[in-house]
Amino acid sequence: MSVKTKTPQAPVLDADSINLLERLSNAVAVSGDEGEVRAIVLEQVKPMADEVKVDALGNVLVTRKAKADGAPRVMLAAHMDEIGFMLVDEEEGGLYRFATVGGIDVRQLVGKPVWVGKQHTPGIIGARPIHLTTREERGRSIPLDQLRIDLGPGGKAKVGDRAAFATSFRQIGPSLVGKALDDRLGMATLIELLKHAPENVDLHLAFTVQEEVGLRGARVAGYTFNPDVAIAVDSTPAADLPMWDGSENGKYNCRLGAGPAVYVADGATLSDPRLIRLLAQTGDELGIPYQFRQPGGGGTDAGAIHKTRAGVPSISVSVPGRYAHSAVLISRMEDWQNTVNLLYHSLTRLNRDLLAQPR
Amino acid sequence: MTDLSAFLKELISLPGLSGHEGSIREVIARTWQPLVDDLSTSRLGSLHGLRRGSGLDPRPRILLSAHMDAIGLMVTQVKDGFLRFTQIGGVDPRILPGQQVTVHGRQDLPGVVVQPPERLLPPGNGDKTVEMEHLFIDTGLVPADVARLVRTGDLVSFAQPPVELAGETLAGHSLDNRASVAAVTACLDELAKTRHAWDVWAVATSQEEVTLGGAFTSPFDIRPDLAVAIDVTFAKGPGANDHRTYPLGKGPTLGWGPNVHPALYKAFKELADQLDIPNSMEPMPLMSGTDAMGLQVVAEGIPTMVIGVPLRYMHTPVELVAMKDITRVGHLLAEFIARLEPDFVEKIRWDE
Repeated sequence: MSVKTKTPQAPVLDADSINLLERLSNAVAVSGDEGEVRAIVLEQVKPMADEVKVDALGNVLVTRKAKADGAPRVMLAAHMDEIGFMLVDEEEGGLYRFATVGGIDVRQLVGKPVWVGKQHTPGIIGARPIHLTTREERGRSIPLDQLRIDLGPGGKAKVGDRAAFATSFRQIGPSLVGKALDDRLGMATLIELLKHAPENVDLHLAFTVQEEVGLRGARVAGYTFNPDVAIAVDSTPAADLPMWDGSENGKYNCRLGAGPAVYVADGATLSDPRLIRLLAQTGDELGIPYQFRQPGGGGTDAGAIHKTRAGVPSISVSVPGRYAHSAVLISRMEDWQNTVNLLYHSLTRLNRDLLAQPR
Repeated sequence: MTDLSAFLKELISLPGLSGHEGSIREVIARTWQPLVDDLSTSRLGSLHGLRRGSGLDPRPRILLSAHMDAIGLMVTQVKDGFLRFTQIGGVDPRILPGQQVTVHGRQDLPGVVVQPPERLLPPGNGDKTVEMEHLFIDTGLVPADVARLVRTGDLVSFAQPPVELAGETLAGHSLDNRASVAAVTACLDELAKTRHAWDVWAVATSQEEVTLGGAFTSPFDIRPDLAVAIDVTFAKGPGANDHRTYPLGKGPTLGWGPNVHPALYKAFKELADQLDIPNSMEPMPLMSGTDAMGLQVVAEGIPTMVIGVPLRYMHTPVELVAMKDITRVGHLLAEFIARLEPDFVEKIRWDE
């Protein structure tokens, strides 16, 4: 009775997918020192790629060809680096002065465990006991120059070593909880799409470096790939908390549980209208939940890619995540799955006709 | 012999907030059980362990007090799937954003304390401290589940696991004052191999961080001749280097001030020096901020001593202690007790 037609199936995220996300989240890769994550990427992509290379800045550039010649060249970018710290001065007794790398609110640092260096040596960032503070002092945030990474008496690290929040990934109910989900979720998404690569496009995957400190990896990766279109896959803040005074929160950016956040405009990129239409129509027709990210500031790798060479039609799609750039991020499994679904099906519909339309 | 490090790690992996010490009391009782002759729980939740001495009945008694309760948070409101909260004990709001916690609702729920983005906060907050009333706890669950599982008044404890750092130090939450519970345990371990004339009452007190409830009540049942409060004190470290702080890993402090009987101070000081246990005098000009404030004024009054274990980053989830300081305190207490003559109390005098 039923007529079986072969419709493409988006990758279904399973325990292996979550295990990979866990490994990526727990790895330390502060901007400029992405080696630990790069090693995981290389191990994952090599069996499935037509071409893999590590470029001059440390980007991992992966190509998987379409079945037929002349297919559109699609670049997907996700950044490997995370916000973190660099030790900048050694003091007596295992204490180190440190600088922040990437946009970190200093108020997020106090009272946190950290992992230092390639060995993930444990350390802590403490604070003056409340008993020795005044009420007035507690009203001011603790400046960075009063904080130290403490490895314990006699603890050793090297000035120049990187450090990151020591947060171990876990699943809680419907949520994915861990550090650096910005942008390990994007990376894991790219790897899923490579494992189940649409056959109608040349896939060019850029696992980029130094996004958090100026989109540096994306700039050169965009040049190298010279793609027809580019999609940055990232994590964007869900500020969907109650307002302090109980009024309506009209500034939520995006919401957890409402599907992938599609960018129309952020602080660095005006998304290509054809790509906005492609994603929106795909979501509408297939019933894949998605949301438009509230236009505003911020930026993704697309900000650098769309201005390479003569210009690249670009867009960003993000998995919503609460508490970006802190020790603990929270995203929803269903949002990640819907991000994979939306990207996969949009890619299968992407063709040269779309690009032939006027922008 | 108790594996002190494993014991302490277990202690700082449990909640036991002030007034709700059940979980922690159970573990201490299990560990003390082979080291004491009798165990009981007071009306306010303190654990009393009696180790009988070898002297003739009626024997004099010494009470060792280490509070076992911990600071933490308590839910004040469930709002759209997020939790508002207040503090149990003294919590600096600046240590909270990004902390992992356990919400003790109808079941234990992991959560994280979050600082809302600036645009959701009162205008003009800028980069100043975000007050506790504007922070939330996010459990990662959907609002309907949160509403079903969490109620106003539910306790919230810190979930930071123990971390071993260099120099045989241990970091974690609630080392204030479970480090001292470990020190008392080390003392009991040593006494198990020593003859002592006096009865020893090891007491893990409740409610110190809020009301000193345990310290004010346990001595009433026990009626000790002497009492020693063992608590943590400020170790030198980042943000704390003035005269009120003491080097980490360089021995205990011996309290000196109105909460301390000067003859007891003198006896402990002489013994510590004799045993080559490094120590510092800790002036406590007004009050000690320890169980001693309660112990001292119970019934007709009790000669009281305060011993401090230096600890960095007090009242944060990454408090840091040196194991060596804990074993030193245990040793000092055991040696002091072993040397107590039956008539020690009659001999202590106020110098006039």
